[in-house]
Amino acid sequence: MRRPVRWRLPLEWLGILPFVAFALLFLILPTMKIVIGAFQTSDGSFTLQNLIDLNTDSIRNAYWTSIKLSLITAFLGCAVGFAMAASVVFGGLPRRLRGPLLTFSGVASNFAGVPLAFAFIATLGPAGLVTLWLKTEFGINLRAYGFNLLSFWGLVVTYLFFQIPLMILIIIPALDGLKREWREAAAVLGATGAQYWRMVALPILFPSLLGTFALLFANAFGAVATAFALTGPQLNIVPIKLFAQIRGDVLGNPNLGYALAFGMIVITGLANVTYIVLRTRSERWLK
Amino acid sequence: MTRVLAWGAFLGGCLFFLLPLIGMTEFSLKMRRGEYSFDAYRRVFEDQRFWDTFGYSLILAGATIVVGVLLVVPTAYWVRLKLPQARPVIEFITLLPLVIPAIVIVFGYIRLYNTSSVLPLTGSALGTDILLTMGYVTLALPYMYRAVDTGLRTIDVATLTEAAQSLGAGWITILARIILPNVLVAVLSGAFLTLAIVIGEFTMAALLNRPAFGPFMQLLGANRAYEPPALAVIAFAITWGCMGLIQLVTRFSKHERAKA
Repeated sequence: MRRPVRWRLPLEWLGILPFVAFALLFLILPTMKIVIGAFQTSDGSFTLQNLIDLNTDSIRNAYWTSIKLSLITAFLGCAVGFAMAASVVFGGLPRRLRGPLLTFSGVASNFAGVPLAFAFIATLGPAGLVTLWLKTEFGINLRAYGFNLLSFWGLVVTYLFFQIPLMILIIIPALDGLKREWREAAAVLGATGAQYWRMVALPILFPSLLGTFALLFANAFGAVATAFALTGPQLNIVPIKLFAQIRGDVLGNPNLGYALAFGMIVITGLANVTYIVLRTRSERWLK
Repeated sequence: MTRVLAWGAFLGGCLFFLLPLIGMTEFSLKMRRGEYSFDAYRRVFEDQRFWDTFGYSLILAGATIVVGVLLVVPTAYWVRLKLPQARPVIEFITLLPLVIPAIVIVFGYIRLYNTSSVLPLTGSALGTDILLTMGYVTLALPYMYRAVDTGLRTIDVATLTEAAQSLGAGWITILARIILPNVLVAVLSGAFLTLAIVIGEFTMAALLNRPAFGPFMQLLGANRAYEPPALAVIAFAITWGCMGLIQLVTRFSKHERAKA
């Protein structure tokens, strides 16, 4: 039925028009608005002043605290998550544990935000279960040891509740991808278990480990709700600062708010570009 | 030796995850002095704002799922069928919401759709609801697209389409009666995940000033002692329920296939 035509309108592209329109209206244009606003003065002319103005003690501090928080929770999340995943995949634990662990990780990685903060206040807060238990049973006063849930380290512990499960969810398939033959081949050539891990398994897993680290970093860096419900508007981290700025222009300069948000995009963007690049590299091996 | 270490890592991790769950449950039962009771839950359920905000978030989640499915299924189908060359671009766009924090996206909405703009969505309650729904569709996009695209991979899209066309089906019929039923499990998984994400979402709803469940929980947390852990237990149960439903539909479909 098809007549030979030299040139046709590429009508197939119309099929993704709704999607493209949606992405433009609700994802790309709003983000562009922020990015462009970061380079504009209040009357709309080009400037770098907003980015320069970010360099105040309070804002620098907020970025540094946020980066530290994201790095530490990403690192601990990766380490603990890897240990738990490895214990189930290679540690000789009953296979029955694996399904429940994956299901629970799916739940816990989505149990973030306001309720998670409540759960930790009820556990490690001033009148929390563990706090009271340590005090009455062992006479240990957490506060006297400098631990306060509504502080930086309290936030680290709370974030780990969704960081570790996310790591488990991503790394178990990668660990499954390590072929049995590789281990056997290494053993035939006389490698010890430690040598197999150091020279075969870890180099193969390395991109997915580092990639997951980047994903966890971005995950913690952009989180608002947990920190806000836990500490309210006091804690000086970037998402909380931006939240207060959007609500009430606390910085006293709307364009500085754009610059603050732009800084967040740059940092999570870098983390995710790392993730995507490393992921494509690791997938070459784990097919 | 390895086994001891493995058990240590596993049990230590489990302890870390169980303690907050036990803590919140225990705390939520302690409202009456000296004995355990469900008073905190009664208080929560007697609060009209709980039902109002919860209902609002539920409706919004429903709207998000409908818009998300209508947007993602045809697009993923079309890209597989006719536009494989557009695939990397589409995939990149669907991953963007993981790169750009939600707070930045909603900041852009507020500035782009304010009352003095061409499309003043934030000017009315309905407009803001639409904006919030679109925001949630954006948040759910990475999960929804991935689920549906994986679902489409397991069926032969081109053959099914040709077969339907030679029987005289149009595009709407093909999508609604051939493609959608075939990826229903993937769509349902994406839908329940969306529900879990949307129901307690705080940042977007709070900044757009809508009476959703997330901001309500935060407000209660700032003012009460025993109701917040009760809310946490309820929220955890909802998340668990959504994940359970995903497992259920996945298992159900495997069963069906095995029989066929």
